[in-house]
Amino acid sequence: MKKNIANGLTLAAIAVVFTGILAALVYIGVIDEYTAQILTLAGINVIVALSLNLISGFTGQLALGHAGFMAVGAYTTAVCIMKFNFPMLLAILTSGLVTAVFGLIIGFPTLRLRGDYLAIVTLGFGEIIRVIMINLEQITGGAAGLKGIPSFTEDILLAPALSMLWVFSVMIITIILMSNLIKSSYGRAVLSVREDEIAANSMGINVFYYKMYAFTISAFIAGVGGGLYAPFFGYLNPTMFNFLKSVDFLVIVVLGGMGSITGTVIAGFVLTYLQEFLRFLRDYRLVIYPLLLIFIMLFRPSGLMGNREISILALWQRLFKSDRTQSKVDKAGERQ
Amino acid sequence: MGFLHEFLQQMVNGLSLGSIYALLALGYTMVYGIVKLINFAHGDILMLGAFGGFFVLAAYGVTPLTFVLALLVGMIVCAVVGIVIEKTCYKPLRNAPRINALITAIGVSIFIENGARVVKVIGPNPKEFPTFKTVNFPIGDVNISQIQIIVFVVSIALMFLLTYIVNHTKLGKAMRAVSFDRPAAYLMGINVDWIISFTFALGSALAAAAGILFASAYPQVEPYMGIIPGLKAFVAAVLGGIGSIPGAMLGGFIMGIAETLTKGFISSQLADAIAFGILILILVVKPSGILGKNVSEKV
Repeated sequence: MKKNIANGLTLAAIAVVFTGILAALVYIGVIDEYTAQILTLAGINVIVALSLNLISGFTGQLALGHAGFMAVGAYTTAVCIMKFNFPMLLAILTSGLVTAVFGLIIGFPTLRLRGDYLAIVTLGFGEIIRVIMINLEQITGGAAGLKGIPSFTEDILLAPALSMLWVFSVMIITIILMSNLIKSSYGRAVLSVREDEIAANSMGINVFYYKMYAFTISAFIAGVGGGLYAPFFGYLNPTMFNFLKSVDFLVIVVLGGMGSITGTVIAGFVLTYLQEFLRFLRDYRLVIYPLLLIFIMLFRPSGLMGNREISILALWQRLFKSDRTQSKVDKAGERQ
Repeated sequence: MGFLHEFLQQMVNGLSLGSIYALLALGYTMVYGIVKLINFAHGDILMLGAFGGFFVLAAYGVTPLTFVLALLVGMIVCAVVGIVIEKTCYKPLRNAPRINALITAIGVSIFIENGARVVKVIGPNPKEFPTFKTVNFPIGDVNISQIQIIVFVVSIALMFLLTYIVNHTKLGKAMRAVSFDRPAAYLMGINVDWIISFTFALGSALAAAAGILFASAYPQVEPYMGIIPGLKAFVAAVLGGIGSIPGAMLGGFIMGIAETLTKGFISSQLADAIAFGILILILVVKPSGILGKNVSEKV
């Protein structure tokens, strides 16, 4: 048990150093602002895609409204900062909590049932929340959008580096929390729900409770992702969070592999970069994503990683430790 | 008097709109009944059908004859599209986990929408749908337009046709058998693959008709026009009891009337939200729907 904690801490330390270096490179200008922006956006995409992976990949319940959750998070943060002068961290946490409440409300009627109702209800939620945002003009600025959301810092020179630092830190925390969650008994219960609801139920697992648990956490993380989006972008408009945005996250999860944290992280960065890179294709880009979805499902439903993970520590130990500990390390390092 | 008049007017509008939802809901419910898949692309078939009709009517002008021709062309084209989608995208996944088939359905749906947007002849901008000049028939205080009558009559006729096919033909018997127990139907010598394709064709043809009627009533066509009617028709199918054909018709009419009443008495912006509210309500109160049966799970 203690070894696990030590491993987690080393990993966190490596990640923090890595992020620090990256942010420093942005600050001194080795990485230009445009690239920094893409990387930051990729970080936000990874956070939201991870949350979608938790409910769709690990729990096996398709959700199609994560852009809606993101919208709730983004607007909550913006309103908290602009109207109530919340400090940034508190505003982002509040947005996560508010979104989690929305998750509870949507999950309660739908997750009791077997079948694909969550998909259609979250899809509907994503559409309705936009209509609501447009109509709540006093709070959200309506269809014209919400302008002038303060960034992470007022210093323009510091802004790209600091945005990146914020987003990457939250991303790392999310990754660590999620991988610990999956390895915990709660995580095992969630996985068993995905594999076979009836069998899980007969093993004494409260299927509804664990689905709700995963969905609420998923909503929380998506809300935090949205909360980061507001100060990063500085401008919000309800049409930013349409159905196609939800599908972008689905593509990331499916490409990376449903049930793989590593896969989502890799696919998140690759696809976000690709989206910029493929700008020369203009509208034809719009056809590539859905085709990708269909082809992955037809020919390689496990995506890039399936449900495997890359664990730096396991790799490290395999390379440098003696054979004696090999089998132990394998067990600790690889999920399943 | 003012209230009653408004109420009757909205009921007329609701029956006309509801018959469109009913046509669309039939496709959802038949496909769900037979392969247990929410066909997300169904709303987009509506869009394709509407464009099929658009091209015919734009080329030959609007007369009763060309309108029938437009309906036929749209329905045949969409039936073929439905079969192609089923054969290429859904059939290989029939034994895969359900979430995979659902994701494929999402992919197909967005491919059709964005594909239509990219294709030169359709394009992203809304186009005006050529339709009959509106003639109103006032009955007392209530105005009924001839388009509403056409929509209602065509829908009812198609629903009768479908009911006849399902209940009184050999094909319909095979469809019911496959949806009741696929392996047993297969053992009885029914060509299951063919029946499933036929079901998709039938559902898609109805969606195409719904699309042309929808575009005649709200004369505008664009690539994303199918999403919201598709969503509402799905709610209608769940409301009536998914898998039940009379249920889908009933659900469609209830949805249409609920929507127009909301528009008339509460707020037109809430009309979309009302469908969502109905869905949540039905899932809480009676998930099997009004005419659906409670099926116990078998392991």
